[in-house]
Amino acid sequence: MRLFSLDLMDFANFLIQLLNGVQYGLLLFMLAAGLTLIFGIMGVVNLAHGSFYMLGAYMAWFFTAQFDSLVLAIMLGTVLAVVFGWLLEWGLFRFFYHRDHLDQVLLTFGLIYIFEEVRSILWGDDVHAVQVPELLNWSIPLTDTLSYPVYRLVMSGICVLLAIALYLLISKTRLGMKIRAGAFNREMAEALGINIRLIHGVVFALGVGLAAIAGMIASPISSVYPGMGSSVLIMCFVVVVIGGIGSVRGALVSALLVGLVDTFGKVLVPQLAGMAVYMLMAGVLLYKPEGLFKQ
Amino acid sequence: MSELLLSAQHLTKRFGGLAAVNDVSVDLFRDRIHAVIGPNGAGKSTLTNLLSGDLPPTAGSIRLNGEETAGHAPESISRMGLGRSYQKTNIFLPFTVWDNVRLAAQSRERHSPWNPLHWVSSARGLARVNERCERAIELAGLTHRTHTVAATISHGEQRQLEIAMTLATEPTVLLLDEPLAGMGQAEAESMVALLQRLKKDHAMMLVEHDMDAVFALADQLTVMVNGQVIASGSPVEVRNDPLVQAAYLGEEH
Amino acid sequence: MSSPKATLEKLPRGVQILLALGALALAAFPFVPMEGRDFYLQMLTQMMILAIFAMSLDLLQGVTGLVSLGHAAYFGLAGYALAFLTPADNPISLWWSLPLAAAASGLAALVIGFFVVRTHGIYFIMVTMAFAQMIYFLFFDNKALGGSDGIYVYFKPDATAVGLDLEDKTHFYYFTLAALIGVYLLLRRILFSPFGRALSGIRVNEHRMRAVGFGTFGYKLAAFTLAGTLAGVAGYLWAAQTGFVNPELMGFHMSAHAIMMVILGGMGNFAGAIVGAFAFEYVMHFFKDLTKHWQLLMGTFIVLVVIVAPRGLLGLGERFAARKGDQP
Repeated sequence: MRLFSLDLMDFANFLIQLLNGVQYGLLLFMLAAGLTLIFGIMGVVNLAHGSFYMLGAYMAWFFTAQFDSLVLAIMLGTVLAVVFGWLLEWGLFRFFYHRDHLDQVLLTFGLIYIFEEVRSILWGDDVHAVQVPELLNWSIPLTDTLSYPVYRLVMSGICVLLAIALYLLISKTRLGMKIRAGAFNREMAEALGINIRLIHGVVFALGVGLAAIAGMIASPISSVYPGMGSSVLIMCFVVVVIGGIGSVRGALVSALLVGLVDTFGKVLVPQLAGMAVYMLMAGVLLYKPEGLFKQ
Repeated sequence: MSELLLSAQHLTKRFGGLAAVNDVSVDLFRDRIHAVIGPNGAGKSTLTNLLSGDLPPTAGSIRLNGEETAGHAPESISRMGLGRSYQKTNIFLPFTVWDNVRLAAQSRERHSPWNPLHWVSSARGLARVNERCERAIELAGLTHRTHTVAATISHGEQRQLEIAMTLATEPTVLLLDEPLAGMGQAEAESMVALLQRLKKDHAMMLVEHDMDAVFALADQLTVMVNGQVIASGSPVEVRNDPLVQAAYLGEEH
Repeated sequence: MSSPKATLEKLPRGVQILLALGALALAAFPFVPMEGRDFYLQMLTQMMILAIFAMSLDLLQGVTGLVSLGHAAYFGLAGYALAFLTPADNPISLWWSLPLAAAASGLAALVIGFFVVRTHGIYFIMVTMAFAQMIYFLFFDNKALGGSDGIYVYFKPDATAVGLDLEDKTHFYYFTLAALIGVYLLLRRILFSPFGRALSGIRVNEHRMRAVGFGTFGYKLAAFTLAGTLAGVAGYLWAAQTGFVNPELMGFHMSAHAIMMVILGGMGNFAGAIVGAFAFEYVMHFFKDLTKHWQLLMGTFIVLVVIVAPRGLLGLGERFAARKGDQP
């Protein structure tokens, strides 16, 4: 890829990969933000986080088939996911905030099994495709032969909007302030009258919701299949490790970094395939074992 | 003139904009106890952490037995002859007193974790380690508790265990962070007697709030307020220093 | 936040006797006439192999306190090593292929450990998982390494030099039993060695260990490498026994199962790992026979264990004894 004798074709290819990388990164951010918040504030590691992504995708497929509208499916799915997250926190997770990481690892691993089976019972084990909504099913032409799907841009757009909303929520609202206070010093926050239980529920439900939304909007691109939870979970963990636990900003920077490194890595050095991201993680670990933005 | 074993010069530690320790210098001589006092938040624990390697300094130097140790890892500083006890009891609670001290004593052997010989030999059979361990327990006055689980001994005895573990590595320099913390009258007197016995052959730095103990033990006194040294000298000098009286001792007494 | 728990290290007399009886029972089993003997022989062999795998993790988790979610990587790698070493038309000698395969796993553990051991707590859990997944995808995505289909091991290793025909299920069974006992005895020895004592200290209070002069990074890395090597021994045996390796052997589920096995029986004494491996496999087979949706049962079982008996059967026993002691 030469910069100075810019071939339009080369540039278009570069742009496509760039947009793909950013899109992947933003999607990862949706998952990583929830994971890092839940861990940073409540101290819980959740291996089943990828399952929420998977359940979101299956819900998108199922409801789209029912209502013939992806948009409606996403709205319904989001509500269900948030309620589900709230109940899960209230009924199970809140008893594990002070437990060993080992216990949390086991608990959430058990949940993975349960979620997989529930999905299997409800919706089976088949792979499904979800149609891109008609309105968005076109591409912006870049050259004679290359174009970029509008839906992917919309995906990225939605992620950006949600990221901005998250930022505003956490830094500009009273709820956000309470969340940050709770993360900083739980006892003090409670003494000041902040309802910590409520905060925990909100944060957890938010995390689950974001993961499910990610699965839903990604479903037309990635299709819907049983193993999709675990493959995204691992990338999510890498993002959180690189970014630093508890830092949403770190998760954003790290997610974009991972998205770009993975995309360009696969294009530029195909022999390494998916290794590029792990090499990035290994490199970060050598200098900042607690992540780039560790608080 | 006593031998200078540890010399810290112009130590500074910043956390963001805040200087927890600001241009502090401390010298520790053999057979001398140097007490560091000051109100809470004065930076005494931070200073101790800088000297023991738990925190790297932002600026300044530390020479231990002639070698520079600023920014080194705690384990290498320990191996160079520095022992440190903690204000918040930092022992192995589930182990017996013997096992607690034995581990500290074992570290002196400098085993390589990669040497298969030490994977299959018996830890109990290390005679030198056992001797060292027994001696440290005896020095700290815990012989009667040797096989008791550390979590079940009294608070005062746990503080003694803190000291025993520090002694088991046979250090020449001792940093003791509030060894009398939380002790009743009788226990405190015991501890003071122990510290007095330890003075010989060691250079000691004592961070303490208990003023009776400080004036009973200290050969040299440094007063810290807000990260800086406001006075340093013999206990009598420091006691009569108007700055010190205003800032600290006046309120305490 | 990991709580430094006391683990049961010196096994009570009763447990020692039970262990000895168990070993005798395993030794006697092939002589018992029964239907489907071959099937049970294979099943027990697999359980013993998994017990070795679980014990290797116990060194890391129960003794040193390092929760690795990627231990299966070293299990699978040695299996693949055997698969690559075994040509299509001949068996290879056990005597150099086993050490070589285990060394390959050990080397991988050393390299990965170098990066991973510098992290703590939750980071450690996540990065061990990440690197194991990296290895998983390395094999999954590469046809040259067998891809998702895996590789066959056409011949069991050749041990005829000592009169063992490993193609014979009974011979293989006894070889595995010997390996199980050998690894158990080695690990018990390590537990009470200076190295093992240091690892226990690291589990309980790493900070103080450093303060008294232990280079804990080196100790943790050595434990990680040794655990990986022993996992390799198990993986080699697995590949030899089943005649087949695929990336799932290095996958996340395998690693999580190992953790479960170690927890179930009680951590830190290796006997618990053996019991846990047998128990876990038995439960899984039981559920699989019961229903197509066995994962639901398995998941519920795991969740229940965490809620009711997070320190395994041993933990239950300890708590029970403690409560009895509280009564007037």
